[in-house]
Amino acid sequence: MKDFIIPTMDPKDDRDMGTPARSGAMVTLTIDGFEVTVPEGTSVMRAAAELDIQVPKLCATDNLEAFGSCRLCVVEIEGRRGTPASCTTPVAEGMAVHTQSKKVRKIRNGVMELYISDHPLDCLTCSANGDCELQDMAGAVGLRDVRYEAPKTGGLANHFEARDTSGEANPEWLPKDDSNPYFSYDPSKCIVCNRCVRACEEVQGTFALTIEGRGFDSRVSAGGALDDFLSSDCVSCGACVQACPTATLQEKSVIEMGTPDRSVITTCAYCGVGCSFKAEMQGDELVRMVPYKHGKANRGHSCVKGRFAYGYAHHSDRILNPMIRDSVDEPWREVSWDEALTFAANRMRGLQETYGQKSIGVITSSRCTNEETYLVQKLTRSVFGNNNTDTCARVCHSPTGYGLGQTFGASAGTQDFDSVEQTDVVVVIGANPTDGHPVFASRLKKRLRAGAKLIVIDPRRIDLVKSAHIEAAHHLPLRPGTNVAVVTALAYTIVTEGLFDEEYIRTRCDWDEFQDYAEFVSNPRHSPEETAALTGIDPEALRAAARLYATGGNGAIYYGLGVTEHSQGSTTVMGIANLAMLTGNIGRPGVGVNPLRGQNNVQGSCDMGSFPHELPGYRHVKNADVREMFEAVWGTPIDPEPGLRIPNMLDAAVDGTFKGLYCQGEDILQSDPDTKHVAAGLAAMECVIVHDLFLNETANYAHVFLPGSTFLEKDGTFTNAERRINRVREVMKPLNGYADWEVTQLLANAMGADWNYTHPAQIMDEIAATTPSFAGVDYAVLEEKGSVQWPCNEAHPDGTPLMHVDGFVRGKGRLMITEYVATDERTGPRFPLLLTTGRILSQYNVGAQTRRTQNTVWHAEDQLEIHPHDAETRGVNEGDWVRLASRAGETALRAKLTDRVSPGVVYTTFHHPDTQANVITTDFSDWATNCPEYKVTAVQVSPSNGPTDWQETYNAQAERSRRILPAAE
Amino acid sequence: MSPEKMIYMANQIATFFKSQPGTNQAEMVANHLRDFWDPRMLRKICDHVAGGGEGLDDLAVRAVRMIP
Ligand code: SF4
Ligand code: SF4
Ligand code: SF4
Ligand code: FES
Repeated sequence: MKDFIIPTMDPKDDRDMGTPARSGAMVTLTIDGFEVTVPEGTSVMRAAAELDIQVPKLCATDNLEAFGSCRLCVVEIEGRRGTPASCTTPVAEGMAVHTQSKKVRKIRNGVMELYISDHPLDCLTCSANGDCELQDMAGAVGLRDVRYEAPKTGGLANHFEARDTSGEANPEWLPKDDSNPYFSYDPSKCIVCNRCVRACEEVQGTFALTIEGRGFDSRVSAGGALDDFLSSDCVSCGACVQACPTATLQEKSVIEMGTPDRSVITTCAYCGVGCSFKAEMQGDELVRMVPYKHGKANRGHSCVKGRFAYGYAHHSDRILNPMIRDSVDEPWREVSWDEALTFAANRMRGLQETYGQKSIGVITSSRCTNEETYLVQKLTRSVFGNNNTDTCARVCHSPTGYGLGQTFGASAGTQDFDSVEQTDVVVVIGANPTDGHPVFASRLKKRLRAGAKLIVIDPRRIDLVKSAHIEAAHHLPLRPGTNVAVVTALAYTIVTEGLFDEEYIRTRCDWDEFQDYAEFVSNPRHSPEETAALTGIDPEALRAAARLYATGGNGAIYYGLGVTEHSQGSTTVMGIANLAMLTGNIGRPGVGVNPLRGQNNVQGSCDMGSFPHELPGYRHVKNADVREMFEAVWGTPIDPEPGLRIPNMLDAAVDGTFKGLYCQGEDILQSDPDTKHVAAGLAAMECVIVHDLFLNETANYAHVFLPGSTFLEKDGTFTNAERRINRVREVMKPLNGYADWEVTQLLANAMGADWNYTHPAQIMDEIAATTPSFAGVDYAVLEEKGSVQWPCNEAHPDGTPLMHVDGFVRGKGRLMITEYVATDERTGPRFPLLLTTGRILSQYNVGAQTRRTQNTVWHAEDQLEIHPHDAETRGVNEGDWVRLASRAGETALRAKLTDRVSPGVVYTTFHHPDTQANVITTDFSDWATNCPEYKVTAVQVSPSNGPTDWQETYNAQAERSRRILPAAE
Repeated sequence: MSPEKMIYMANQIATFFKSQPGTNQAEMVANHLRDFWDPRMLRKICDHVAGGGEGLDDLAVRAVRMIP
C-alpha cells in the first residue's frame, strides 16, 4: 500500500526529490495508480518521489527551481495532450499520471542518446564513476547504443575530443580549468544542464556563472571572457559543484582519492552559522565535506571554509606530542602525556600554594564543544577552587549577553535562521555577513531578491550594500564609534514621528518605563539633524531608514562585532533591543534581534558558564541556590565571588597576583587587543598551559603544550547563533591520542580530581541535570531530532525556535536609556584617521586553521584599506608598504586604495600574525563587560619600506620560542 | 592593573548609570562592581577611595563606599 502522505522526511533520507518542497492546501492525485497527497504547487516529479517513484531527470534537483530543459522527465497525464515535463508541471486535484509508457521511454531514450553522443565514454576512469547522474540515467532509460557519428566531411561534432584523427584541433574543445584550489571544471564533460548556473544564482546568490553562446555552442562560463574560476567573482562556496550531475565540476579531493564509501553527519567548526555537513569518508580518511540538506541552519548550503578548508587537520605544523619547558627561552621538550600532566599539575598547585587559590585560571574556547567548555569551567570552579574562567567571547559578544540579558532577560538571539524568509525589512548593523557568515548571507540575499528591503549601518560599504541583484535601500556610513548616537537617533525618529507600536509596548513592556524612555529619547539633542555632525550621517537618510524599519512590515535586526566591540558596546545592544521593542518587532517569525556570532561555539561557550561571574545557564555565582545545585553534583564548594575576566587576568599577571593559566583552543596573544600588554601579562606568568592544534602565538609564552584534537576527531555539540545545539561527531580517531575533553579530564585528575567521564554524552547529561534551559537535551534527543534550539525542557520539549513569543523571559521588556558617550579614542593631529577591523570570507579569526589550507590563494596577507583621497595626501600608492601607527604601537602592511571606506577611515583584517594588527589596538573597552574596543583606533598612516622593527623582533622571538628539541631516545 | 585604568573603568560604569532613571544610581554602580569585579579589584578600588579617591567620579566614589 503506497497511499500515504509524508509530512516530514526522515533525517537520514537525503535523496534528491527533484524540485523544492512547497507548502499550502493539499492536493490528491494518482501516479501510476497510487494515490498521493501533496501541497499545491508541488511538481509531479516531487509527488512521484514521495511515492518512491523516481522519474528520470537531469536538469532538475530539489534545491533549485525547475528549469525544464532536458526533457528526460517527461510523463503522460490522462486527459492532457503530449508529454509534459514532470519537473515543471504542478500537481492538480484528481490528476492521473503515468511515469512509464512506450512513448515516454522512446523520448527519454532519444534524449539520452543525444547527450551521450557528445560525452566521452571514459566512465571507468572518470572521477565521477559511481557518482554520476548521467551514468545513472543512461542506465535508467536503458540506453544501449548511440547512433550518431562524426560527419564524414571531417572535423568533429563534439566538445570532448581535443583533436580529430588527423590531428586537427577541435575548436569546440576547451581545456580543464584547474584554477580553483578545491575543484576543477572540465568543459568536455558538460551537458549544459544549467544546474551550476542556477545554483550560483539561487542558492549562493553570487551570479558568477553564465551560459555563453547558444545551441551547440553554449557553455558554462565563470566571469567574463578572460576569466577563469579563480579570477571570476566565484567565492568557492561549492554550490555549483554540489549541483553538477556529471564530473564537469568536481572536487579535486575526489579526483585524487575516488568516491567515498561512508558518511557521518557533523557540524562545521568555523563560524556561528553552524552548518551541518556530511563528512564523506574512505575508512578513516576524509574525502570531502558535503553540506547536509536537512541541516536546519544551512538547508544544504555551505561556504568555502566549511566545504573545503579542512586541510589544516593534517597539516605538518600540527603538534601531536605533549611538550614542556622550564622557561620560555628554552626549546620545547617532547614528553609523555603523563610527564606533561604531572609537570603542569605540580606547577599549578605549587603556584596556588605560593600565591593563593585565586592565582590561577582558565580560558575556555569558543571553538571547542559545549562539553569541553563545560569541563574547563568546571576545572577552575571545582578543582582550582575559584571563578577565574573566561572565554574569547569576552572579546566579541560579551556585550550581547549583558545588553540582551538586561532588556529581554535572555542572553541570546531571538530567532532561527529560517525566520529571515519572512522578513520584510532587514537591518544589518556592524556586520558583514557575506564574509563573516556566508551561508546566512546567501539566505538573506535570497530573501532580498524576493523583495525584502535592506538597511545597512556600517562605516564601510560592505558587499551587501550593492551586489548582483541586490541594493540596500539605505546605507548609513557612520563614523566608527558613534553607534549609540545613530541607534538613539533612529529611536528619536520613531518616537517623535509617532511610529512606535503603542499596543505592543503597553502589553509587552513597562508603560511607565516607556514614559521615561520617550522623554529621554525625544530630546532634540538626539535628533538625526543634531547628531549628524557626530555621526557623519545624512539626517534625511537616517529618518527614511527609521521610517522604513518602523513601518515596512516585519523588521529584523542582525548585528555583529561592529556593534559590540566598542566602549559602548553594551549600550548599543540595549539600543538595538529598544528599537525592536518600540516597533513591536519581537516574538514572531520574520522579526527579532539577532547577534551574528563570530566563532562556531560562541553561544555555547557563554551558555556553558565560561564567564567568571556566572555558572552554566547565566546564573550568577552569588546565588546560593545555584551554587548548591552544582556543589551537590560536583561534590566541591564553589567560590561565591566573581573571578577575573581576560583583561583583568592580564592586568593581575602584570601586578604579580595571577600566575598560571590553562588556555584551551584560544590564541589570546594574536586575537586580543594591545599585543604588547598581552605579551607582558603572559611573560609575567609562571605556568602557561596551551592546549591547541598548533604552536600558536600564545604558545610563545607557554611552559606546557598539550596537543588538541580537531572537530573531526571528537564527539560533542556546538551551539550556533540561533541557539541551535548541533551534534559534532567523531569521524576519525584523534591523531594526538585524546579528544580535548579527555585532556581536560586528565589534567583535572592529575590535580587531584576524580572525574570518570567515558563519553561526552555523560557530560551533556550533567549539563541537562544542572541547567534548566538544557533540561530536555540529551544525545538521544539530538539523534532523533537532528538538532534542538534551547530552551529545551519540559515546557518546550522540541526546543524553542522563537523566543519571547508570549512575553519576555524577564517578564516585561525593559526599554533602557542609551546616552551616547564619545569614546576617548579620538583622532587628533598625530593620529588623524580612524582604524576599524573586520574579516574576510576565506580566512577565519586568527587564521590558525585557514592559513594552513589553500584558502590563502584568496587572502595571502592582511591589507590596509584606505580611501584614495587619504592615500594621495600621504603619497601612498596601491600595494605600497605603509606604516600604521597608534598610541599603542605600530605595524606595517600593504595599502589597498578603495572608496569602500570613507575618507578619514581605514580598515584591515587580523588573520595573519605577521601583521599584528592588534599591536595597534588600544586597551579601551566596553564599560559593562570589558569587551575591547577593536573597532575604533585613532591612527596615522605613512609610507614605509617594509616590516617594522617590532614585527621583526617579534618574529625572531616567535621563531626562537618554537624550537623543539629532538625527542630523547 | 594601573590605577589610571581602574579609575577609568569605574568612571565608565558610573557614567552609564548616571544616565539611568531612578534615585539609587550609586547602588546600581555598587551592584555592577560587586557582580563583575573580582575581589582583588574591589579591594584595590576600596583602598583607592579610602586614600581620597582621586580621579574617580563622585558617583563612583559613593558607590565604592557602599562596598564593604
Ligand atoms: S557544469 Fe555541470 S551543472 Fe553546469 S551545466 Fe555543465 S553539467 Fe550542468
Ligand atoms: S563555487 Fe559558488 S560562487 Fe563559485 S561558481 Fe560555484 S556556486 Fe558560484
Ligand atoms: S557559513 Fe560558517 S558554519 Fe557554514 S560552512 Fe561557512 S564557516 Fe562553516
Ligand atoms: S528534469 Fe525535467 S526537464 Fe530536465
